[in-house]
Amino acid sequence: MSILTYISGWPLLAALVLVLVPGNYRVIIRSVALLATFISMALAVDMFCNFQTGQNGFQFEQQIPWVQSLGISYHVGVDGLNVGLILMGAVVGFAATCCSWEIQKREKEFYILLLLMTGGILGAFASLDLFCFYFLHELALVPTFIMIGVWGRGERKNYATFQITLYLSVGALIALIGLIALYVQLGAHTFDLPALITYAKDPQHALAVQAQNFIFPLLLFGFGILVSLWPFHSWAPLGYGSAPSPTAMLHAGVLKKFGLYGLIRIALPLLPDAAKSWVPVIAWLAIGNILYVGWVAMRQRNLNLLIGNSSVAHMGFIFLGIASLNLIGLTGAVLIMVAHGFLAALSFGLSGYLYSNAGTLEMSELGGLCRKLPFIGTALLMAAMAGCGLPGFANFAGEATVFFGVWSRPALHLTTVLAVWGALVIGGVYMTRMVRQVLHGPLPERWNQLPDAANLWRRLPYLLLLAGLLVFGCWPKLLTDKIAHDMQPLIPVAGNTVSVVEHKFVAAPGDGRAPLAIAEFTLNTPD
Amino acid sequence: MNASLISLEISVLGLGLVLMLADVFMPAERRRFLGYAAIAALAGLLLLSFSGLGSCSLTGTAFHGMFVNDALSVFFKRFFLIAAILVLFIAVEFSGRFAGGVSEYYSLIVFALAGMLFAASANDFTMLFVSIELITITFYVLTSFQRQRLTSLEAGVKYLILGGLSSAFMVFGIALIWGTTGRLNFNELAAVAAQHAGQQLFLLGVLLVVVGLGFKIAAFPFQIWAPDVYQGAPTPTTAFLAVGSKAAGFALLLRVLFTAVPAVAFQWVNVLIVISAITILYGNLCAIPQRNLKRLLGYSSIAHAGYLLLGVAALAGPGRSTDGGAAILYYLAGYLFTVLAAFAVITLVVQDADNEEVSILAGLHQRSPLLAATLTIAMASLAGIPPLAGFFGKFLLLKAVIAQGGANSGYYCLTFTALAGVVISMYYYFGVIRAVYFSKEATDLSPITLSAPAKLCVWICLAGIFGLGLFPGPVLNLAAEAAKVLGN
Repeated sequence: MSILTYISGWPLLAALVLVLVPGNYRVIIRSVALLATFISMALAVDMFCNFQTGQNGFQFEQQIPWVQSLGISYHVGVDGLNVGLILMGAVVGFAATCCSWEIQKREKEFYILLLLMTGGILGAFASLDLFCFYFLHELALVPTFIMIGVWGRGERKNYATFQITLYLSVGALIALIGLIALYVQLGAHTFDLPALITYAKDPQHALAVQAQNFIFPLLLFGFGILVSLWPFHSWAPLGYGSAPSPTAMLHAGVLKKFGLYGLIRIALPLLPDAAKSWVPVIAWLAIGNILYVGWVAMRQRNLNLLIGNSSVAHMGFIFLGIASLNLIGLTGAVLIMVAHGFLAALSFGLSGYLYSNAGTLEMSELGGLCRKLPFIGTALLMAAMAGCGLPGFANFAGEATVFFGVWSRPALHLTTVLAVWGALVIGGVYMTRMVRQVLHGPLPERWNQLPDAANLWRRLPYLLLLAGLLVFGCWPKLLTDKIAHDMQPLIPVAGNTVSVVEHKFVAAPGDGRAPLAIAEFTLNTPD
Repeated sequence: MNASLISLEISVLGLGLVLMLADVFMPAERRRFLGYAAIAALAGLLLLSFSGLGSCSLTGTAFHGMFVNDALSVFFKRFFLIAAILVLFIAVEFSGRFAGGVSEYYSLIVFALAGMLFAASANDFTMLFVSIELITITFYVLTSFQRQRLTSLEAGVKYLILGGLSSAFMVFGIALIWGTTGRLNFNELAAVAAQHAGQQLFLLGVLLVVVGLGFKIAAFPFQIWAPDVYQGAPTPTTAFLAVGSKAAGFALLLRVLFTAVPAVAFQWVNVLIVISAITILYGNLCAIPQRNLKRLLGYSSIAHAGYLLLGVAALAGPGRSTDGGAAILYYLAGYLFTVLAAFAVITLVVQDADNEEVSILAGLHQRSPLLAATLTIAMASLAGIPPLAGFFGKFLLLKAVIAQGGANSGYYCLTFTALAGVVISMYYYFGVIRAVYFSKEATDLSPITLSAPAKLCVWICLAGIFGLGLFPGPVLNLAAEAAKVLGN
């Protein structure tokens, strides 16, 4: 059995066990959930450490036939693309379980759904079979709707549930149609991704451009809706604002990356020609995310809506990285996916803490909280800084890398300029304004009794997520080496050549200055 | 003449007669036992069909080709046996609510089953008509069986009138086919269908037969009766109508379209696409405002007929692939367990026949966690959520349709219509789940005690839903094997 099976299997098994535990054994229910996600996280860390950087092909592979007549199998494996995502997903899963102490009613059902979400999405990221990939994601997605509908908060909870269910079901089904069309058109009679990629490499079997141009938009918009691609993003801020915070942490942090992962994992290698012709569209939609949603975020008065909007805006950078279709850009995109997972979970975790103690997230009512809540306040400050791309946090490394990647495509120069503007100025404005309104300034009297996260136990989830941001921020080479090695085969497929610059990038010594090193190379060798 | 081929049907008919006779000798308080005896007998026949003995292991034709035993008919026969067994479980739980004649109710179910078994093997328009009538006439009685209830009688009358109308259509169509071709046997007809495919009168005949079958499966525009009859009929009847009668309609539709007149079916591919699309949208859209549980399931059964027609449309496609047939069979198998689970829960929870509103489910998770979970899983499976049977069935249907899309872009439109239908359906299925777990209007919180057989029935349904969702291999192979009969 592959370690990956255990990583996603423990939470799923725990969900099954909890079904049998009576609902009033609250301590046992919580302990089982914590234990399962902790084991899953520990195994993910172990897997990440044992991952052999630079080795070709998938590692920790396991394949069990499932439905042989259709070529469906349970096939898991990791390469540089998903190794970081699985680690991030497992850490966020544990952190979200820790943060679930705020749930007071129907705890048993809540933990079962949370464990299904965690196990399902980790399995989806590990899957190398298109059917399982979709199947496990759907298994993780449906609990989200129920959790928002039942444990959600705010007056617009029902509308938010309705909206998020509608959007995400449509997105998932469009993606499913795209995946089935891909299977049918390739005609290889297997859902196994590595087998399909090998099959499509043969010029005889490669998909005709017309077929690619039909399937690619299905995948782009299907997955795009799941990732809140502008203009299909409006479910996200309200949905996250109404969700209980563990759900928002897991969904914004982990589940949302599924669509992006699908685009890089499936669409780029199998539909290379269509990907190339859709680049301008992706780039402009990404600008919609960065500028438009960033601008909307500036107008928010509610902390959760602000975080929700900024999280949508960040998706733009990842799409931009994908649009670059070169090694640097794609590597950066994956790096942001990991970084944003930690960041979104941290932000929603902290806002959830504030909400369950203060009962409001209207920024005009908050203020001066750093004095009463030194730990939570500092963590929120750090999250805000990471969100506007301060060096030292993983987001900076990713965003900078993406910008260099995109800049190397001359057609996207204008896009790059706009995106940098969005990242540095708009992001900076709303994040610092939020910090000023919530953390600094006079402390309203009613918040005098607000408790800080008292003990290590309460602080643990936030510390873990911060650690993730800082480790990959200060030492991005831990990830970029792994990612870049496995992104390399995608680049020739996408019709670009791996330039000298990028070879140097792969080999560049990483000591926290990786993006700067790329900058040097890029500037020295114009495209 | 090969009478051993119909030994299964003869046994079932014999069982029905025995049940009627036993009623005379059985004291009234032991009638419940009769239901269990019927279940045991049918379970024995089901086991026999898997054992390699009995008529299910034989293939061939009997009565001058009127009756055929092949992989397709065996698949449907097992399907109908399982459906009847589960419906009898539900009927036993329901039996207290009949004014009298409980054992007649059991035997009528068994007679309807015999009709379905004959329908599965029909290879001739005479056989088709006789089996359909056997099913329909027993259902007239089953529908109006609660004769002290006005709604049940109303449902019976509606079903009688519309069922009679559809039979008239069908028999007229058969006459036209006979008149133009001089043939009633499906295989003989297939040989000459192509040369008659341009003849208006022949096409009208086929159309009228398809209209008659359209009533049985409740496809648009012949769906009008479904919601009223589903709502008014006693719950076990509704359950059998939703599963057995619909599946029999599909068994016959597949035979007629793809064994008897394939040339016409391929010609009508666009009509099939349009009917499928409208049925899906109609069923799902009309289900949204429903408050009555059985009526809601009635509309949802129209929508599911639409999904099943996806497979028929795919079969008629230019690819000449039988994937669509396999998908229909698989979907029906999943639908069987899912719908019967839902109706079993409704029977056990809803005691007052005049209040079958969705709101009566409030607090069910406290009254009986098992029933609450079962209903939730059934609704999720109907909505097509993994890892349940409904998801895999829909996946197969969509795959079969998309595979035909390269040659006829109508299939892509159909795919997106189905997608829209699935999304709409989530709204009302989730509404039921919400009522079970999260409604605060519970008035009655008394625990529901379940008899051991009722529990067994619920667990069989759950096992079926999860089994077909997680381990699709074996049934899929059977379905693919059965669908090969439809290939040419």
